[in-house]
Formats: sequence, structure tokens, C-alpha cells
Amino acid sequence: MLTCRAVWKKLAPLARASSTVCRQNVRRAGWNNARTPLCVPVAHMSTGPVGGGSDNLKYALLVGASFVGGLTYAVITLKGDQKRHVERMAEISSRKQKSASQIQTEPAAPLETKLEAAAAPDAEAAAPSETAEPPPVDEPLAEASAEEAAAPLTDAGVEEAADSKPSLPSHAPYLLIGGGTASFAAARSIRARDPDAKVLIVTDEPDLPYMRPPLSKELWFSDDPSVTETLRFKQWNGKERSIYFQPPSFYVDAEELSGAENGGVAVLTGRKVVHMDVRGNKVKLDDDMEISYDKCLIATGGVPRNLQVIERAGEEVMKRTTVFRKIDDFKSLDKVSRNAQSITIIGGGFLGSELACALGRRSTESGLEVIQMFPEKGNMGKVLPEYLSNWTTEKVKKEGVKVIREAVVKSVSYKDDKLEIKLKDGRVVRTDHIVAAVGLEPNVDLAKSAGLEVDSDFGGYRVNAELQARSNIWVAGDAACFYDIRLGRRRVEHHDHAVVSGRLAGENMTGANKPYWHQSMFWSDLGPDVGYEAIGIVDSSLPTVGVFAKATAKDTPKAATEESGTGIRSESETEDTASSAVAPAAPAPVVSHRDEYGKGVIFYLREKVVVGIILWNVFNRMPIARKIIKDGEEHVDLNEVAKLFNIHED
Amino acid sequence: MSSVRQEGKDKIIFVTKEDHETPSSAELVEEDPNDPYEEQGLILPSGEINWNCPCLGGMASGPCGTEFKDAFSCFHYSKEEVKGSDCLEQFRTMQECLQRYPELYPKEDDAPSSQASEESASAESASAEASDPAAGSEKDSDPTLPNTESSAES
Repeated sequence: MLTCRAVWKKLAPLARASSTVCRQNVRRAGWNNARTPLCVPVAHMSTGPVGGGSDNLKYALLVGASFVGGLTYAVITLKGDQKRHVERMAEISSRKQKSASQIQTEPAAPLETKLEAAAAPDAEAAAPSETAEPPPVDEPLAEASAEEAAAPLTDAGVEEAADSKPSLPSHAPYLLIGGGTASFAAARSIRARDPDAKVLIVTDEPDLPYMRPPLSKELWFSDDPSVTETLRFKQWNGKERSIYFQPPSFYVDAEELSGAENGGVAVLTGRKVVHMDVRGNKVKLDDDMEISYDKCLIATGGVPRNLQVIERAGEEVMKRTTVFRKIDDFKSLDKVSRNAQSITIIGGGFLGSELACALGRRSTESGLEVIQMFPEKGNMGKVLPEYLSNWTTEKVKKEGVKVIREAVVKSVSYKDDKLEIKLKDGRVVRTDHIVAAVGLEPNVDLAKSAGLEVDSDFGGYRVNAELQARSNIWVAGDAACFYDIRLGRRRVEHHDHAVVSGRLAGENMTGANKPYWHQSMFWSDLGPDVGYEAIGIVDSSLPTVGVFAKATAKDTPKAATEESGTGIRSESETEDTASSAVAPAAPAPVVSHRDEYGKGVIFYLREKVVVGIILWNVFNRMPIARKIIKDGEEHVDLNEVAKLFNIHED
Repeated sequence: MSSVRQEGKDKIIFVTKEDHETPSSAELVEEDPNDPYEEQGLILPSGEINWNCPCLGGMASGPCGTEFKDAFSCFHYSKEEVKGSDCLEQFRTMQECLQRYPELYPKEDDAPSSQASEESASAESASAEASDPAAGSEKDSDPTLPNTESSAES
């Protein structure tokens, strides 16, 4: 024990000196008693006393006494230390048995490093009474107790598997904030690349990670009356799947994460990260629990926006308004749709149009009135060029939706058991329930405490091309405003982007250093007859070139999924090599359409370079579209580029 | 005959099948098979296995990830005449693990061990396809459950 050694070192010279002196005195005394005075010269030490015998004796006694006294003091102190140490250990082990959340209040990291430094030279037994060589023996007591506090914490970390009651982890090598698509994709990526990685996902939702697209599409088309409970949906090809990425057995319990031999992914549900300490590499949850990390991903997604006029309209209106994003929103809207007589969807984008079509379908059975209103001239007005937006609006109407275009809501009030929506141009709409699908507010709550930059143009955390915000912190998914090498800085709110960026963040968290390069895609279905896939910047304010062919009955989303044998469309490219496509049916007769835009390709241009492509009712050609965007070339004749897609084939 | 229409800033072209029969004159940039930024297939240019390949589904990242990696690595580097015949132990261990999670890895119809080696074979041929740039077979991200999907992923 170092204390002993330190003490001994201090006492040793004194001891040595006094022992020599003693020996010398003894010798002299001996000789004085000896018969034969052998006049052997005695080597005098500098410390040796010269002088008379009685003086010598007095001195000898003095030195001896002080030596013994010193020894006694040392022994007493050490015994006291040991006693204190034993008491302390007992106290701490009794503390260990208390509830998990109370254990960790001090930061483990600085104490751990301190301990490591001290532990390096000495004992394997993590001796708690190690100190860093302090000169006085009594000083290290205070330090020792601090070190002792740290020791059981590391002990707890090391011996958690052996512990009778494992606790929630106070440290996660990989901490993912948010439990959505991006987070799950990152977790999978990390586990694939870092063997035995321990990944902790913290989410404020009560659910395990799930995918969002079916909430506004497939789940509504299910025949199963218990779909709100099972959350399973049957795809066109008959295969059934849950919206959850993985069943609960895939995940490791959070308490067992630290001790898991091969690592794993653990999900802590119902906890919100409220504070982030970047310098200390740790976060604080809403229950005051602290978790430190080595690498952290922020994938907090966003919160649906609502109209200000609704928020100011009072409780009766708010009670009858749904903002749609989570599983609970789906459940409650499903319930409403079975009881209400009229539902109005405010918003003409992806979510609004998909929900309108889904509810419109239901309306044919139940007599439910479905209204959709938006400020633009047509559905997807901000995405599709005007002619296509108009065509799509007609399709949405065919799904049973009453579409009110160029509608700006002025006020909403609750009157006579109905919601009354007054538009700026004077029109009034009376309805039972409102669904607000007016955009997403990216969640940047942690920006302030973490000192992270927020983008003023697109919202979200500002990150570089490798999705990194600062050292050891990455952001992916809806909340990430990232630099796209090809297309410039942007923020994307699509499912496939969450997967792509989550995967990339996971790769970079495990040392890959790759920029965002594989362009994500998105898709939308408006009923079973209209569907499109898109990639890149698809903004209706850009000049477009559309190349169309006449559609046959085969060119529908339904046919596409049947052929590729999959459900979610972005999957079909992954399964490409694995499964063989189902042989297409005999060629269907050409169906004559009143409309002209059966199927085709639409190019979005920015200074003659294609930055976005929509594949309109043309499927399984995304790799070609991706290639064209990646090249970033100026093509003189886009009709020639369109030939690459073989739009007349299946 | 193709027809062209202009509506403001948007150009609309209608083409018949015959219009598109002549090969395209559009030029595409040549692919670099060793581009580090690109999504990799199952086998990396170095010869190693890309565990993050979407084609593997969640096999390498799930609870049996370690066992799967051991078995598949052994198979990949096996120099035996019957490839993988020296890896029976690893495959058996993996099989035992898969059986512990029936929810994640539902039982297939074929015998599991032979199917595993079949999958490895098909995955390897898939990777050969994947590394062919002209095929444009970049894989999209895989956002879904592996177990209900195609054979290569179970």
C-alpha cells in the first residue's frame, strides 16, 4: 500500500539514522563492558553523537522514543484509515442496493480518468485507498473518500453482470437521442460495423422504433378491424408486416446493456433528453438521470406544426383538432373517422393529400364527408408543376374528397356543436373534426444547452457533409440541415432520407468519414391508381421538363409492388438481387384515359442541370434517376435523357 | 411523333414508343467502381465482407449478429473444396442462436444449415452483380424488417 510505503520512506532515513546511532551506542556500551579494550577505531557518522556516555544515553532514549512514537502514530493512522475504508465500503455496498436512479449523480467520467491514472501503476484489486502520493499521511483522507466513491462506480460498471440487481446504464458508448427511423438505421449501422457495440436509444415516445409511411397509407387500407392494436398491414402482394422495425425481442433491456457480452441495442422509452453537456460528453434526462457517452447522435425529428388561428381558437376547437405524426395520432384519427360525420384536412402536401385519399376511401363505406383545403392551386402544389398538380387534384376528388383550393383559413370557432372554418375569401366550412397537416417544426430543443448551431434558412441543426455537428455529435433525419455536395445545403423530411442519413451517421460514428452521397428518394401514393417516386430537389418553382407516354392498366403502384414482391417501395431496390421478380401477367390492353399524364418522367432543372426527377407511374427505375442527379451534367436534350428510363416498358 | 407544349416555365413532351426506340444520345459519367463514397455491395473492394450491406437485412446487427458474422466470415474465407464444410461448428452455433429468437428469425421451409450456405452462395453471386457498375445496381436503404422478406436475408 502506498501509504505504508510513503510513511516508511519518510521514517526510513530517521530509522536508519537512529538504528545506526543505536548500534553505535550499543557497540560503545559493549566495548565499555568488554574485557580487552581493543582499540579499534570506530567510524563516526556525522550524525553520531560525540560526547559523554550519559549524554549519549539521553540522546539514544530521545531518538528511540521519537522513533517508536513515530511508528506508533503511523500504525494508528493506518489502522484508522483501514477502519474508515471498511466502513465506507459497507456503506457504499448498502447504497448499491437502493433504487437505480439514485446511484449516479456525480459525473463518472472525470473520476474514472483520475482513477485510471492512479490505478495504472498499482493493484489489480482497484484498491480504493490509492492516493497520488501525498506527503502528509492525514491529508489523503478526504481525497481517499472521493476516490472510494468513484471506485464502486467503476466496480458497478465492471461487475454489473454479477450484480444481483442491474441498473440503468450511466454510460453508453453510443447514445442515440430519438427513437425514430434515423435512429434505428444508425443503430443497425453501428452494430454491423462495430462488433459487440452497445447502443442506447433514448426516446420520449412510449413505442419502440417504427416506420411512419404506413400511418398515412397502408394502415388505412387494412381490412382488419383490430389494426389500431396490431399495427400490421397487408401489402398489395399479400405479405403482412408490422410497422415496428423489429419486435421487442430484438432489443436488449437497458439494464442489461452494459453487461451484454456481445453488446446490443437498448431502447429507453418515455424519457426525454432535456440538457446536453457537450464539454462533459453527457446528457441529462427529464428524470434527472445523467448518461455519459462516447459518440452521440441527435435524431429528434420534429413536431407537427399547427395553424395559429386554431391554437388561438380555444379549447373546444383544439379538442377537435388532430396534428398527425405518431401512432397515437393514427389511433385517435381512426376513432374519429368512425364516429364523425365530417372531417376537414387543412394542408395540401404529402401528408394532407395521403390522409385525404385514405379517409376518402372510407367515406364511400361510411358516408363520412371528407374535405381537404389548402392555399395552393392544387394538391402537391409546391411539388408538382401546375398541370400535374391539377391532374392530381382531380384524382384526389375521385377518391371521394371535397377539395377546396386556394383556401386560406381566417378563423375557426366552435358553434352549434360544429367547427366553423371561415376562409379569407368569405367561404365558410362546417365540420366535426380538423386534421392539420401544415408542416413539421424540426426539434432543436437541445441546441441551446449543447451550443449547437441552428440553420436559419431550413431550420434544424446545422451539420457538415458528414452529418457532424461537433466532435462526437452527429445529427440525422428530419432534424438535420446538412450539406449535400451535389445539391447544396438542405433539410429533407422523408422516410428514405431518415434511413440513408441514419445509416451514414452510424457509419461515421464508427469511423467511416463518408459524406452524404447516396441520394435518398421519396414516394407517394394517392390511392391505388396514382403513385410516383422522386429523388433530389423537387420544387415546383423550378423550371421542369416532363416527358410522358400513354399509360396502360399495368402502370399503377399496385402493379409495381406485385411485380417486385415487396411492399414499401424503397425496399424494392434492396431486394433486387435477392428475390426474382414475379413474372408479369400477359400484356393488358391499353386503357384510354381522358387525361394525358399516364406515365412519364419529369426533370427539375436548376441552371440547365437536373437536380430533381419524378418518376410518374413508372417504377423500379430509381437507380437511373439517381445516376443522372449524381452526374450533375448539363444535358442539351432531356428527351434523350428520358429515353434511358424506357417509360413505355413495364 | 412527339409533341411539345410549353406551359409557362414547364415544358411538356409526349412521346410514342417509336420515338423512344432509337438509343439515347445522353452521356453518362463513367462509374468508378472503387469510389469510396458510393454505397458498397456485399463484398468490399478489399475482399472483406460489408456487414452494413442492406442486402443482409438486420442479420449482422441483431442479437445473433456475432454468431452470424462468425459463420459467414468462416464461409467466405473457407478454402475447402466444399466451401464452408469447415464451418459447420459456427453454423451450428448460429442456428442455435436463431432458434432462441423465433420472432425475429422465423423457421423457413428448407433445412436451415443448407439454406444458410445457399444464401451465402446467392449473396456472393449477388455481390458479383453488385460490383458491376453498368448494371446501376446501387442499393437503396433497407428500412424494413428482414424476417418477412426474401430468402437472402433470413
